[in-house]
This record gives sequence, structure tokens and C-alpha cells, in this order.
Amino acid sequence: MSNDTVRIAQLSCGPEYSGVQKEIYTAAEAVGAEVFFPDLSLADIRRNFRDFGLDVRSGDLKLAIARAVALVEGSVEADGVFIASCFRCAEAAIVRNELRRYIHEHSKLPVVSYSFTERTTSGTLLTRMEALTTIARRRALLARERQTGLTMGVDSGSSTTKAVIMQDNGIIGTGWKPTTEVIASADEVIRLALEEAGIKRDDLEAVGTTGYGRFLIGEHINADLVQEELTVNSKGAVFLADCQHGPSTVIDIGGMDNKAISVLDGIPGTFTMGGICAGASGRFLEMTAKRLGIDITELGPLAMKGMGDDVPMNSYCIVFGTQSLVNALAEGHSKEDVAAAACHSVAEQVFEQQLQEIDIKEPVVMVGGTSLIQGLVRAMGNLLQTEIVVPHHSQYIGSVGAALLSSGFVEKN
Amino acid sequence: MARVFIYPATSLILSDLVARFGHKPLGTALSVRERIQTAGLDSPPLQMTPDDAKKGLKWAAVEVPSGVRGRMSLFGPLIDQAEAAVLVSNPDFAFGCMGCARTDELVEYLVRRKDIPVLELNYPLDEEEGILFVRKVRDFLRGLESASPEKAS
Repeated sequence: MSNDTVRIAQLSCGPEYSGVQKEIYTAAEAVGAEVFFPDLSLADIRRNFRDFGLDVRSGDLKLAIARAVALVEGSVEADGVFIASCFRCAEAAIVRNELRRYIHEHSKLPVVSYSFTERTTSGTLLTRMEALTTIARRRALLARERQTGLTMGVDSGSSTTKAVIMQDNGIIGTGWKPTTEVIASADEVIRLALEEAGIKRDDLEAVGTTGYGRFLIGEHINADLVQEELTVNSKGAVFLADCQHGPSTVIDIGGMDNKAISVLDGIPGTFTMGGICAGASGRFLEMTAKRLGIDITELGPLAMKGMGDDVPMNSYCIVFGTQSLVNALAEGHSKEDVAAAACHSVAEQVFEQQLQEIDIKEPVVMVGGTSLIQGLVRAMGNLLQTEIVVPHHSQYIGSVGAALLSSGFVEKN
Repeated sequence: MARVFIYPATSLILSDLVARFGHKPLGTALSVRERIQTAGLDSPPLQMTPDDAKKGLKWAAVEVPSGVRGRMSLFGPLIDQAEAAVLVSNPDFAFGCMGCARTDELVEYLVRRKDIPVLELNYPLDEEEGILFVRKVRDFLRGLESASPEKAS
């Protein structure tokens, strides 16, 4: 559907009275989307609500349910669905979850849900809205399964910046650096990747960027594709894990936030993006490694040797998590056990906070830098009772996804 | 014999009715009694622990209050096993109380979403309604009996 306005149906309770409806409109507008409230007759509202069977008291939630049924039945047309309700409302949380599941199971509409507070800003919603519009607008691009030509992907993450150069469906160059200055870090990883690939910048036929710094770097290197990390990482993950067809689940525990994405045929269906606290992110593992006096790359193997069951650790908050860490070491627990407990704690947070919000379908693919921490992968596998797939180059997932998707621009260029 | 989920799950009357008509009631009267009677200091009086609320995450998202999730850790597995269900709306406290309207909404929805026979009744407020109530439950349970593949063969 090219660059036509993407129409996003809003199913919600409370944003107007929380003072955040304008933020929702602003976020949608920023990505060329239009938010609308599906119109239904009173008779249809009553019928849809009754047929759905979730007998809630809130009038707005009844309306949201009726609208969801209309979207699934096709009596109202939309390109995506945004479900929103107040943070901490029990009834709304139940409805949000069930509607997301219902729409995902009965239609191909991409869905994103969000619980807001009065502090929610358009900036918080931007990546989610962008992902919704990307899925709707670029379905053809997302369907790409093979990389062609000579392309580069740059992923400017909160902790690290990565670049990958691909040629004829294979990786021929990589670059990786901690993110300091956004543009300088990108220039450096591009230099490293070009050097490894043995090519010049001008040889590249198309370039894509993703991650927090995607817009800035996209402009700096004149990228063909500038795309949020939810769709790009999904694509990179299923490409590298060789599961482009059928369902899969992608988990990316990042330095600043976590993503859990339910994917079908390489296209995200539902996803959550968040992380209540840094305690549930890669940042806590970095702190753990620092406190244990080891490099982050040593944390995984160390955790694999330990048993974290006897070490009380709750990284719900990074401050309390660090206190648990210090206490555990003071009580004489081994470094191995503490490392294992830290990995389990992060995995448990992600499991409880985010993975309940999407339908876990095998294979479960873990990507991003934290997927190289074996202790974390083992802990997640134990919690999900499944064998986790960590593909090669998993830390470059965003760059690979961007390089793969940008090859859609090779012919055009 | 069908496994029949009853709600309120603590209702002894529903449990008794289901058993009388040859089916297996899926309620919590026994499991709650067991929990209460089991000696333990973890979390009296019900002996439920934070782990139970975590188990409830299978049926309700993390943002749903822990009390709802704790209840779901009891009712959820029963709903998963159910082959039929009897749901009573707005019951009197003495009939069996689940204590949380949000849990009621979720339980009823999850039951309705399953492709099983469901009898939904309002709590009877006088004798006449009571007789009708029991008759409807009886007819529903007998219907299950005749529809049961075990009985049919």
C-alpha cells in the first residue's frame, strides 16, 4: 500500500480523561498514520459485546470489545490496531490481553497494546506506532527472504552500535562498538565492516538503518531504509535462525529495553516493547559483571557453572538487584552462583513482565548481545521449558535485518 | 461422565448436583479445604504463596492484580480440563463466593471461549426460581449424559 496513510483503529478506555489522546494522535501523525475510532451502530455494539462473552462493567471497554469484533468480522476496515488502557486497571488489563489475543488469532491485523499513565508521551509511543505502520505499509518488503546485491545494515542501539555488510545472502563484514557519540560510533563500525568485507563505501548498492539512532544515522549516511527495530529485528532473527515460514517467537533483551515479538512468516503479529526497570535488561548483567570483576563476555560461561537457586535475587529494580548482588557476595555465595542468579533474575523478569503478553510459539529465538550470555539463555529456556535457538551473528540481528530488507532497494537504485 | 466446571467454584450445592447426576465436578471446595487443613506456615490461612500468583500468569497478564492471578492459578487448570460448565451469576455469599468481580469476568469469558456446553444461570431469589434452577441444572447434566460418547457406546 506504498506510502498511503495507514489507518489505525483505536480500541481504548481512558486516554481522553488521562490527557494523553493528543500524544497518541501526534505519534501516529509522525509516522504517517491516522488514528480512528470505528463507528458502530448501537445494535451492533450490543450484539458484538454479548457475543464476545467478556462481561465487563466499564462502558468504554464494552465499546472496545464491540469494535474489536467488528474489525475481525471485517465490517470495519483498518490497517492496524492500537489497544490502550490505563496502567493499573485490572479490568482493562484483562480486556487488553484478551482483545490482543482475539485479533491476533482471528485476523492478520497487526496489533500493539499499551497501558498508559498521564506521563505517556508521543515519543514513548513512536516506535510502536512506527512498527504498526511498517507492517501495514511494507508488507511486501517484509516478505523478502533473501538478501541480494551488496548491502549494509547499521544498528544504532542504546549500548552498542553494529554494522553488517551482506552480499548474495551471506555476511561478509561486521563492525561492533559501544555506543558513545551516535554518529562517530556508526562511522567507526561502518569502517570496520567495510575493512573486513574488503570493499569501499561507494560499492554498496543499498543501506538500511535501525535502532535508537536510526534517523540521525540514516540522514548522515543517506540510507535507503530507516526502520524501527521491532520489524527489522524480527526479520533478521527469522532469517538467521532459518525459520522464515510459520510461527516463531523472537526475544531481544536489550541494553535499555526488551522486545518480545510473536512472528508469523517473518512478519510480526503482536509484540511488546518495554522493561519496567533496567533490572530486567542487559544493563543489570553489565553491572553484575562489573561487580564480579569480570568482563561481560565472561559472565555467561561463569553462570553456566553456577546454581542460582540458593541465591535470593530480585532485579525488579536495578537498585534492589544490586543490593541483592552485594548481599549475596557478602554472605559467601560463589561468583558462579551469583552470576547464575543474576541471569535467572533477568530472565524471570522478562518472562513475567513481557512474555505473558504474547503467545509463545516455537521456535523461540533469542537475539541481541545478551543472547551471547549462555547463562541467560539457559535461564530463559528453563522458564519457557523449551530449547532456545540462538542463531549465528545473533548480536548483529538489527544490522542483518536492515541489510536484508534494504536489498529491496537494490534494483531501484 | 463429563468433567463439569462449576462457578462459583466453591459452591457445594453445584458440586453436589453435578456429582448426583453422574459427572465429575471441577470445583475448588476440596482443594481449598485441603490447603486450609494442610499444616504449614508459608501463608496461612489458604497456604497460597507468591508463586501461585505467578502461576496465574498463564491466564492473566502481569498487570492484572496479584489477587486475580492467584485465584486464576486455582481456577485456570480446572477450566483447561473442563468438558462442560455451569456458571451462576450474582450468587449469594452463602452459595459460594469467589470474592473478586474481575476474576468472575475473566473466568466466565475463558469458559465461554472454550468450545464446550455451558449452562448460564442467575442465582435464584425465591423458592419458585430455586426449583426452576435445579431443574435446569438437572436437564443440562442429563443432556451431557446422553451426549457423552462413553454412554452412547
